[in-house]
Formats: sequence, structure tokens, C-alpha cells
Amino acid sequence: MHVDSTLSSLPIAEDADRPVEIRIDGLQKTYKTERGSVEALSDINLEIRRREFVSLIGRSGCGKTTLLRIMAGLVAPTAGQVEVGGKSLWHNGTVDSSVIKRLGVVFQDANLFPWYSIEENIALPLKLRGVKKRERLERARELAGLVGLEKFLRSYPRELSGGMRQRAAIARALSDNPELLLMDEPFGALDALTREKMNLEIQRIALATEATVVFVTHDIEEAVFLGDRVVHLTPRPGRIKDIADVPLSRPRAMEVQTGQEFNTVVAELRASLNQEDDQ
Amino acid sequence: MNRRKLIKVLPWITTPGLLVVLFVVWELSVKALNVSPLVLPPPSKVFENLGDLLGKASTWQNVQVTVIEIAIGFSVGVAAGVVVGVLLGKLPLLEASVRPLIIALEVIPKVALIPLFVIWFGFGMTTKVIIAALLAFFPVMLNVLLGVRSVERGHRDVMQSINASRWQTFTHLEVKSMMPHVFAGMETAIVLAVIGTIVGEYLGGNEGLGYMVVRTLNELNAPALFAVILMLASVGLAMYFIVTSFKRVAIPWHESVYGRKAEG
Repeated sequence: MHVDSTLSSLPIAEDADRPVEIRIDGLQKTYKTERGSVEALSDINLEIRRREFVSLIGRSGCGKTTLLRIMAGLVAPTAGQVEVGGKSLWHNGTVDSSVIKRLGVVFQDANLFPWYSIEENIALPLKLRGVKKRERLERARELAGLVGLEKFLRSYPRELSGGMRQRAAIARALSDNPELLLMDEPFGALDALTREKMNLEIQRIALATEATVVFVTHDIEEAVFLGDRVVHLTPRPGRIKDIADVPLSRPRAMEVQTGQEFNTVVAELRASLNQEDDQ
Repeated sequence: MNRRKLIKVLPWITTPGLLVVLFVVWELSVKALNVSPLVLPPPSKVFENLGDLLGKASTWQNVQVTVIEIAIGFSVGVAAGVVVGVLLGKLPLLEASVRPLIIALEVIPKVALIPLFVIWFGFGMTTKVIIAALLAFFPVMLNVLLGVRSVERGHRDVMQSINASRWQTFTHLEVKSMMPHVFAGMETAIVLAVIGTIVGEYLGGNEGLGYMVVRTLNELNAPALFAVILMLASVGLAMYFIVTSFKRVAIPWHESVYGRKAEG
């Protein structure tokens, strides 16, 4: 089954004209354990266009996090390549740091450093790159405004709620103007209401920064609500089962979730995910 | 006043209160039971002696000697502990090869070595400084060794994803996450440094508060002995207080400083 065929064409006509931002080519990842090797990812091929928002969805253990970590330069692939803006990320198991510079990563945990204030946390990537203090704090203020934390610049992570910490983590990921934002279940640890709000926020942020986004989640509604496309991974070995187009323009309001287009895609994906159980 | 504030303020009220109660009960029971002042002098006598001692320049000389020995020994022990702890923590192969030796060194009762140090380094300050340093070294080293390795996985991921160099990861992440462990080690180390110094002074030399303990004991001057013990306790407390105050300034972000647990 291929969800593509059952849906109307691409939501935004110019999409097809945008240059390819990420090309994943024949990606494979095998983990060696004491009881033999486990194939976590097998022959992953995917192209993502500039400013596209792609959701990666699948059950736990399907390799979606591994795929994202390979794209983020944190885990080396066994075979295959990730190209960002035409440049290869991996060279024989080591990352090309000039490519890493173009990425921003947000994890499930905010992972803020408790010894730095919010503004220092946001500006940390710039500090490490040697940007002058005044300049980087200026940028931190600007980003805090973007994620709605302008009143908490001087606060410490422990003083913030989970949702606010994750906002700060997003701001940190954006501080060095990444072309590509990689998010690994960033709202998975948040309560439902905060999560809903963050889903609206991340759309606005992605559009404002013109970033390409790859968003890992295990929540079907979240994946469809956010993504231009939803990539469905199946486990053992992790591979792309199908890719669903979401025929709705961004940004989307909460109301689209009651609409027919949205629910059709959700239903198709759910059916596709449930099919895994029968195998 | 809410509960949290009360918990913070309470010790400052109860501690002096409890001390007063202790001294009153002590005084009254010594009087009532007619205990010999050679065995247990009444606190009034002890404070009288304390006043006398504090009036003498030689006492202050001895306090100074002891404080200097503790301070130098502690500093050397902590510095060595941090350096060795970081090295062993970062180099697992080195750690594996010297671990048995370290454990062996650790279980040796260090005070048993004092006579040796007296033979090697004489009756002066050097011997006491070395003992204090040796005792302070182990808790710091072991804590730092653990600390270097207990950097959060997620924090490492962040450093890697923002292209941090090894040195930047060390200074911005590893050193910072190690600090609570350094201070945990230091809190144990300062207590041990005080003990090491005093025991060193018991066994050799003719200056310091430990020496005063021995001298008053030889004179069978129990009130003075108690007075010296009170001075020792004060020095130890002051040292501990300095370390914990330093911690408050150095790692205000750590939960051991700002409170047990973040609310909400």
C-alpha cells in the first residue's frame, strides 16, 4: 500500500521546485551485540526539500531515533550517506563539522545545562564558536522572543516548567541559524495541553526561521498536524514503509484536526501502522 | 512563616538553645552528683579556663599553627585529588591498572603511617601537612573519578550536536558537572584533614592544638583539656563552614545548594 496514491497532489505547488536539502542514500545501520547483530535501519532512501516539514513516525524500536541521530551526526551509519545541501555528512564514520554547523538538534529532554542561565544556554553554541558576548546575548534575547521566553532570560532551567525548558532548547538549536532542524520527540515528555500549544508554536517558528524540519514522533495526529509529509518507518529492520502527503497548507490551526483531509491521512496512517501487528 | 522558611531558620534557634540546655544539665548534674573535677569539670570551670587560655598569646600561636597545617594539607590533598581523579576518570586503562594499588592505599589506616612520617619529616609542620593532605586526597579523588564519568548522556549529545571541541566539552560540561562531586569530596576531606592534623600533633611536635591536648592531659588539667577540645571543635566547625560557604558561591545551581528538590 502506498498512501500517496490515494491522496491529492502536493499541497503547495512550488514545493517540487525547491532544491533538495537532505538526501539520504542507501542508509543502513547494524548494531553489533553479544548475541549477534541487529539491523536497526535497512536501505533508507529519502529526499527532503528546503523548508519542508517532514514527520518521522513509527512504533518504538522502528529506528526513527537512530535515523535522526545519524542525520544529527551523533551515530555513524554502517553504510550509506546523508547529504545536507549537497555535502556529505559522514566520512568513514567521522562527521564533517562544516555540515554539522548547518544543523540544530532538539532532543526529547531539553538537556539544558543547569549551571547556565536561560540566555547563556541559548547562546552556548555561539559562545563555543567565539561570538562576542554582547552579540550572542543580543541573539539570545531575539530567540527568547521568538519562543516566548523573553521574561526568563536570567532564570535558571530549574525555575522553568517542562514546556518552557523545551522552548529554551529549541531556541538554543536555532541560535546558529541552522538550515535544518532535527527534532527527536521534542514534546513527548510534555502534558497534552502544553504539547498542543507547542505544536502551534513550532509551526510558527519553522516558518519564521525558514528552516527545514525533520520531526520524530510516535503520535499519529501530531505527525500529520505538523508534517508536509509523514514518513512511516516499520521495525525489524527499520525501513520506510510508506510516505503520506498531507494536503494542507502551513501554518495550520487546531481546527484542521476536525477536517476531512486531516482525518483521511490519519486514518490511512493508522491502518498502515495497525497492519504491522498482523504481520 | 511558611514551612520551608521555618526549616531554614529553625537550626539557628534550636542549636544555641540545645547547647544551653546541655551546659545547664551538665553543670547541675556535676554539682548534684559531686563528680570529681578531674573526671568531669563543670562547664563553668571549663569556660573559665577557656577564657584564661584565649587570653594567652601562646594559645593563639597554637591555633594558628593548626589552622595553617589544616589549610595547606587540605588544599594540597584536594588539588591532588582533583588532578588524579580527572586523569583516572578520563583514562580507564590507567585506572584499571592502578585500581588495586589505590584500594590497598585507601584501606591502610593512614594514621598508622604517622610515626613513619615523623621519622622521615621530623616533628615540624611538614609531617602534619602530609597527613592532612593524604587523608583529604582519597574522598576527593574517588568522588571526582565518579564525577568525570557521570556526565549526563543527553548533555554530551548537545555538545556533540553543537560541534563542541574536546576542550570545550571539558570546560563547559565535564568540569561543571564534576563540581558537585568535588564539593561532596571536599566536605568529607575537610573533616579528615582536621582529624589528620590533630592526630599528627598528638604524636609528634610541640605546637598546635593537638599538642595542647596532650600537654593538658599530662598536667591532668581536665578543665583546660575540655577548653582545648572546645577550641578544636570550633576550628573544625569553622573549616567546614568555609568549605560549605564556598560551595554555595561556586555551585548555586546544584540541588544540594538551592534545596532538596525543585517544586512544581
